[in-house]
Amino acid sequence: MEKTLETKFTYTEKQDTRSGFGDGLLEAGRKNPNVVGLCADLIGSLKMGAFQKEFPERFFQVGIAEANMMGLAAGMSINGKIPFTGTFANFSTGRVYDQIRQSIAYSEKNVKICASHAGLTLGEDGATHQILEDLGMMRMLPNMTVINPCDYNQTKAATMAIAEYEGPVYLRFGRPKWPIFTPTDQKFEIGKAWKMIEGTDVTIFATGHLVWEAVVAEAKLREEGISAEVINIHTIKPLDTEAILESVAKTGACVTAEEHQYNGGLGDSVAQTLARNNPSPQEFIGVDDSFGESGTPTDLLEKYGLNADNIVKAAKKAIARK
Amino acid sequence: MEKLSTEQLKKTASQVRRDILRMVHEVQSGHPGASLGCTEFFVALYFNQMNHKSDFSMEGKGEDLFFLSNGHISPVWYSVLARSGYFNTEELKTFRKIDSRLQGHPATEEGLPGIRIASGSLGQGLSVAIGAAQAKKIDGDEGVVYALMGDGEQQEGQIWEAAMYAPHHKVDNLIATIDFNGQQIDGPTDAVMNLQDLKAKWEAFGWEVIDTLKGNDMESVVAGLEYAKTLLGKGKPVLNLLHTEMGYGVDFMVGTHKWHGIAPSDEQLENALGQLEETLGDY
Repeated sequence: MEKTLETKFTYTEKQDTRSGFGDGLLEAGRKNPNVVGLCADLIGSLKMGAFQKEFPERFFQVGIAEANMMGLAAGMSINGKIPFTGTFANFSTGRVYDQIRQSIAYSEKNVKICASHAGLTLGEDGATHQILEDLGMMRMLPNMTVINPCDYNQTKAATMAIAEYEGPVYLRFGRPKWPIFTPTDQKFEIGKAWKMIEGTDVTIFATGHLVWEAVVAEAKLREEGISAEVINIHTIKPLDTEAILESVAKTGACVTAEEHQYNGGLGDSVAQTLARNNPSPQEFIGVDDSFGESGTPTDLLEKYGLNADNIVKAAKKAIARK
Repeated sequence: MEKLSTEQLKKTASQVRRDILRMVHEVQSGHPGASLGCTEFFVALYFNQMNHKSDFSMEGKGEDLFFLSNGHISPVWYSVLARSGYFNTEELKTFRKIDSRLQGHPATEEGLPGIRIASGSLGQGLSVAIGAAQAKKIDGDEGVVYALMGDGEQQEGQIWEAAMYAPHHKVDNLIATIDFNGQQIDGPTDAVMNLQDLKAKWEAFGWEVIDTLKGNDMESVVAGLEYAKTLLGKGKPVLNLLHTEMGYGVDFMVGTHKWHGIAPSDEQLENALGQLEETLGDY
């Protein structure tokens, strides 16, 4: 009989990260009357309905007009409102890059760009509705904070935390139901990496949905006598370079894992940090210069090599390169 | 801020035109054409119409707010802000130079008082103004929000997203103005990309539209803005079609797109300043 894999974190329930956003927004709205919501005809998809129902005077249906939404949000922030914009990640970034660049990032406006259905796991809708470039685009913008939480609880905590943070933020989450394995009442510290599992042979830096895959990979590696450290990089920018350098100084090799292109995302961010300070073997789990396609989330993660088994292979390769 | 009389407004407009020409000449860079064309509008707004404080706060609670969407006409705005007391007129000397708060296109990053958002990439300012107007409504703040766009800028799609949104949400504390000079970089708007009947278009989107036919006549500009205010609070946003002439006030610059983005030579500056004799004192 096959032995059950013993992961250091467990889950009893799955929930989508976008619901964490919806529930976090409702609580942020209850705590702070300046929180306002804007949505481009995707209230159900973004889980903004509860906020809309409780605070109709602070919620604005924009229609299918994302560029206008970014400008409206910037304008509302000027007299102290804290706007949360909601649409799919592709339409939250690439479609409105110039609006975000000029009216939000360059103008240092306190707008929270909240982006659902990011990465490959949107699944069947295919490449037009997925996005694998958003972290890179948002990370390149001066003044922008970029956050990619890993499960329902962390997304909820992140949503509440960014309401209290002054400045433009990109918050990225997804559609599929995903394991909930982080605590309910966690404190979310922007820019502070979370060391989830201690290890000595290799570090796995993971973000978003791939943090769970990293937790599973750690258990698989442990069964083979390899000690992996797992670090949850929920904030891509500002990057916790101290935590990254400290871990790699100990383990001597790393894997970065993200539901994004290699280019521009977590992998690039960590590589830059290491190249400048402590060049070390690094393997990349991410999509290799390709658009996505239609399929179930699980099938897509497998096809594009973004799961625990591939993290295990990459970890061994990184260790061999020491 | 104290309201200036028409005579004082005219004198101020002449001084603002002198500032525009000297700023652009000094750095041999910038956009004098539409700046000169919009001078009456800016002077009327800041010295007669808007309720605003030169003691600048970003939030502007209780004040009227102005947003410039066609950011390239920054010289006229900078001059009017300085002459309103937002910052020292001496600082106009730094326009477009290294380490200046007076960026080529308006920016908040350098922290110039009076500027609330960056502009330059066209089509974004109306959306921002609508957002600011809605925020005022949430707060029960009775301040009016003003915005200025270019006519060439009407070719940007985002303008029409915003045009559709504001009437739907009954944003009736907003006066948007289009600088209707009929010129853009590559030539007359009719030749580059015909705007057709702008008035009919904005009315069809649900706006209350007024024409200010003499956009370079101070009495007419003031009267237009006064009238626009009487239309507020009735469930519709207001659009002011301001008919101006690009380069107005300088005979060799007027009515052509050729002075959209070039600076006068030493002799041309002297000639132009000779045509604008009324002065409050150059910086």
